[in-house]
Amino acid sequence: MDLLIRFVAAAVAAGTPLLYGTLGEIMTEKAGHLNLGVEGMMSVGACAGFLAGYYTDSFALALLAAFGAAAASALIYGVLTVTLMANQNVTGLTLTIFGIGLSNFIGILALGRSESGTLKLPEGITAQMRGAGIPGLRDIPVAGPLLFSYNAFVYIGIVIAVLLFLYFGRTKSGLNLQAVGHNPGAADAAGIQVTRYKYASILIGGGICGIGGAYCAMIINGGVWVSNNVGGLGWIAVALVIFANWKPLNAIGGSLVFGALRILKFYVPKSVLPLPNAFYDMMPFLITALILVVTSMRKKQNLSLPGNLGNHYFREER
Amino acid sequence: MNRNANIDSRKRTEPLLRVVKRAELTGRQIVLLRLLAVLLALAAGGLFILCLGYNPVAIYTRILSGATRSPMAIQATAKIVIPLLITSLGVTLAFKMRFWNIGAEGQIIMGAIFASYFALFHADWNHWVLLGAMALAGILGGALWGLVPAFFKARYGTNETLFTLMLNYIALYLISWLQDGPWRDPGSQGFGKIARFDKNASLNKVFGVHCGWIVALVLVAAVFIYLRYTKQGYEISVVGESQETARYAGMNVRKILLRTMALSGGICGLGGMIQAAGADITLTMGVAGGVGFTAIIVAWLSQLNPVIILAVSSLFGILEKGSSVVQSDFGLSTDCADVLQGIILFFILGCEFFIRYRFVGRGHGEKAK
Repeated sequence: MDLLIRFVAAAVAAGTPLLYGTLGEIMTEKAGHLNLGVEGMMSVGACAGFLAGYYTDSFALALLAAFGAAAASALIYGVLTVTLMANQNVTGLTLTIFGIGLSNFIGILALGRSESGTLKLPEGITAQMRGAGIPGLRDIPVAGPLLFSYNAFVYIGIVIAVLLFLYFGRTKSGLNLQAVGHNPGAADAAGIQVTRYKYASILIGGGICGIGGAYCAMIINGGVWVSNNVGGLGWIAVALVIFANWKPLNAIGGSLVFGALRILKFYVPKSVLPLPNAFYDMMPFLITALILVVTSMRKKQNLSLPGNLGNHYFREER
Repeated sequence: MNRNANIDSRKRTEPLLRVVKRAELTGRQIVLLRLLAVLLALAAGGLFILCLGYNPVAIYTRILSGATRSPMAIQATAKIVIPLLITSLGVTLAFKMRFWNIGAEGQIIMGAIFASYFALFHADWNHWVLLGAMALAGILGGALWGLVPAFFKARYGTNETLFTLMLNYIALYLISWLQDGPWRDPGSQGFGKIARFDKNASLNKVFGVHCGWIVALVLVAAVFIYLRYTKQGYEISVVGESQETARYAGMNVRKILLRTMALSGGICGLGGMIQAAGADITLTMGVAGGVGFTAIIVAWLSQLNPVIILAVSSLFGILEKGSSVVQSDFGLSTDCADVLQGIILFFILGCEFFIRYRFVGRGHGEKAK
């Protein structure tokens, strides 16, 4: 039982950066834009969040910096793909290479200028982040550690997921956004400001990804800066969007499942099930590939998938 | 009064800037525009370096001289260019068909895995027979990894961008499994790794660089001729322009799709074999090391033209090698190369727009016609 609780807690920790990346990419894809730059935007957010936290010792400022910097990098993608109608795949990939490079570059620069030769977050912010869960509630047996013992990122992520769910399903603006993603021509004819919606969703989506990056930099390595700290999680998030079927609430469950897959190898004794570690690492990608194939085989129109995903919209070519 | 009201209402309905198609530019204008974009990119990169407190001119010259100052530096640069060039040629075939093969990374890895089988277990064969078998295996491995998404795309319309992306990681963890399990070097301690290839299974050197560069140059010519002068190359561009047109013209789109992806993956797989047997002399998880992604950028920057690909991948090789010299001289990390590559492509991507469209300001509607 104790082991199980520890396992779930570890899965939540491993899944949280994925949740942010997935939510950010869902937001972006809802506007019909496939941004393969998740990994890059997360890296930019990681760098900005970490350095803001390091220098200001404030968790709130770190979050803000991560969101802002990643949104700024998403703006490059937005200008190129929305206004200048560049190819989305290539732009996204470039953003990934650029973002990882920039993040590592600035990180190493900051390392070189630090006195101790390492970058470690100060005590104050670590305490703010880890403030470990909700006082009082976290001491309840079983439910306490399962539900109330996490760092602030986890709860913020779930709140964002719920907000996105309400936004997409319950607000006019959310429906407008999805109309833009499905059929920008029709949305435009209906008087929806297509360009404005696209920019907003790309920027906000990028910002959300950035917070996930901050998690990677600030939590995963115990508050010490290392290069490549996002380490491919952004790509798993792109996969998770499909797994979650473009639904924010599914993203919570999906990132928990993928988080569990990422740590399962440490919890399944080799004497019981002699599977190689690589098998567990491969699982998220294998499952996503299967989902892709199966959904395309069913041929049923998927209403959650933004119909115009990946195409640019030029008013005069309707 | 009346006129003012008119302008007012126009202000409300017309956006500040709008986009119109422009008359086609001449070839020379397009080249000039792209050169301008590269210059602007270098200027933007210089601004970035300046903000960090370094002299951009000094850094740029150091990158250039660092990559070309000595025969050894040139050899090191060539070693970076070879896999990038081969892979870019591979993805070009797929991209020409508008098949978004993001899976070059995985195809390189599968090629390297297949080739490594012969290098590890048949190292006693005759050198040339062995290398031939490794090359064929590499092509086969990459082709298989390209055919899987092509098959599902042709049969069920499965999204190839996302599918090929997933296949990259599946291939990557196959190496991780091999090096920890069946192919683990018994002599390795701690982390598993695969044994170094026998000398018999590694590529010969020509002018100090493994002979992959000859293969790469031959491929440049081959892909150029294939795309420009053969029936199959023509079919690829027709399918890329419009599958309906291709079908109407009696082409077997499914067959073309499969054939082209097998070729595209096969070339990438050959690149993997060359990287493993020429540069790494073993199989590691870093055999592709992001080349599959950078190759997409190179191919796109080059307008899918094999000759320009040769130039652009050389430029990227110089950036990468030069950055390592800048690292030791100025203490700036090699990630600088990625940042500069990104900036250059951002500008080129942006400039493509101005080749086809232009902006018209509010109230200048008449001029648009």
